[in-house]
Amino acid sequence: MKPLALVEAAVKRPVFGCRMCGQCVLHSTGLTCPMNCPKTLRNGPCGGVRPDGGCEVIPEMRCVWLKAVERSRKLPWAEEIHDLRPPVDNRLWGTSSWRNFLTKRDKQTPPGWHVEA
Amino acid sequence: MSKLEDAIAGGRFVLTAELLTINSGGLDAVSERFEPYEPWVDAVNATDNTSAHAHASPVAVSIALKQLGMEPVMQLVCRDRNRLALQADIAGAALHGVENICCLTGDDVTAGDQPESRRVFDLDSTQLLVTATGMARGRYLSGRAIHPAPHLFLGAVENPGAPPFDYRVERALEKVRAGARFFQLQVCFQKELLERFMAEAVARGLADQAALLPSICLVRSTASLRFIDEKVPGISVPPELIERCERAPDPEAECFELACELAEHARALPGVAGLHLISFRREAGIARLCQRLGIPTRVERESRGHGSSVAV
Repeated sequence: MKPLALVEAAVKRPVFGCRMCGQCVLHSTGLTCPMNCPKTLRNGPCGGVRPDGGCEVIPEMRCVWLKAVERSRKLPWAEEIHDLRPPVDNRLWGTSSWRNFLTKRDKQTPPGWHVEA
Repeated sequence: MSKLEDAIAGGRFVLTAELLTINSGGLDAVSERFEPYEPWVDAVNATDNTSAHAHASPVAVSIALKQLGMEPVMQLVCRDRNRLALQADIAGAALHGVENICCLTGDDVTAGDQPESRRVFDLDSTQLLVTATGMARGRYLSGRAIHPAPHLFLGAVENPGAPPFDYRVERALEKVRAGARFFQLQVCFQKELLERFMAEAVARGLADQAALLPSICLVRSTASLRFIDEKVPGISVPPELIERCERAPDPEAECFELACELAEHARALPGVAGLHLISFRREAGIARLCQRLGIPTRVERESRGHGSSVAV
């Protein structure tokens, strides 16, 4: 990892459990990292959430998306949770999302990705 | 327009069923599975490695259904294929006239008999819908042209019975924005949760934008109910329902009664466009349920133009 990515990882791993996907969406997911979902879902919870709110795959862990939905509602920009987030660009793993944000690299979506506003 | 799309657009009561998994046996194995309930259903789902167990692929089974004159709904889950393979399967199936595609996340590999498998989830179900929508408009995800564009009728699943309950309709609406036009709702044994979902679906306009088909699961034993409750991700069976079936003089008959009761309840809810029926056994349970509920056959529905469940 490059120096900036190392700094980012040092800050975000302990706080958010950041996986360094390089295209951070924490802002729109209630400051909850969706890459902690075992299925790495970027657009909401799967149908396997347990009645007690536990994850289908790791029962003792609370569903990441349950937390994301709850937390997002407390934020002034609550509506952003409904954004349709594009697929992960797998080339960006391990790179700094801060840098990718500033260079707008993280806003590049596949040319065929089209969502109605 | 696919036959399923036509039935939904015509406002007819829609019935779909889930084909039992297939591992071998040729086309006969496919036809014998849907023949008992063929007169009733508008389409049959070809499942995609259900519960993370390997079976004949949904592409192959959908093509087989098509060859046998049955309208297929091809399920695609995100667990086993990356985005290249998913697009290839959509294009490949469409080449054979498979138009109805139901996009799901998929149970995790740990739910299956090969839990050591690598889980993929390169796309999630919403992203898969956006991708398929793009293909129907003539573009792969890369932007590369598909000419002529395949006609696709896209669907999804939502689970009224899993938390967060107050977000499930919202999530379904996100999937509508991604291109879903029908929903085969996950089996829900809790009437109150399905009622809550449907009430919100009507209030929020979801029921107007997509056809909502609650799923009804037919089982023959209380052991199956317990299995579903304990082993199937996202489905809970209330203990009082299991006890009711266990205490009945004829538990098998009581399990059937329960399915009929849940089906009656679901189809009477405002906003319901039809039902999706699932039976885990190779038997005539689905046909019996349709007869018991007085659901006209597909041909009768087509000729009478039944508009709603109330008219049935």
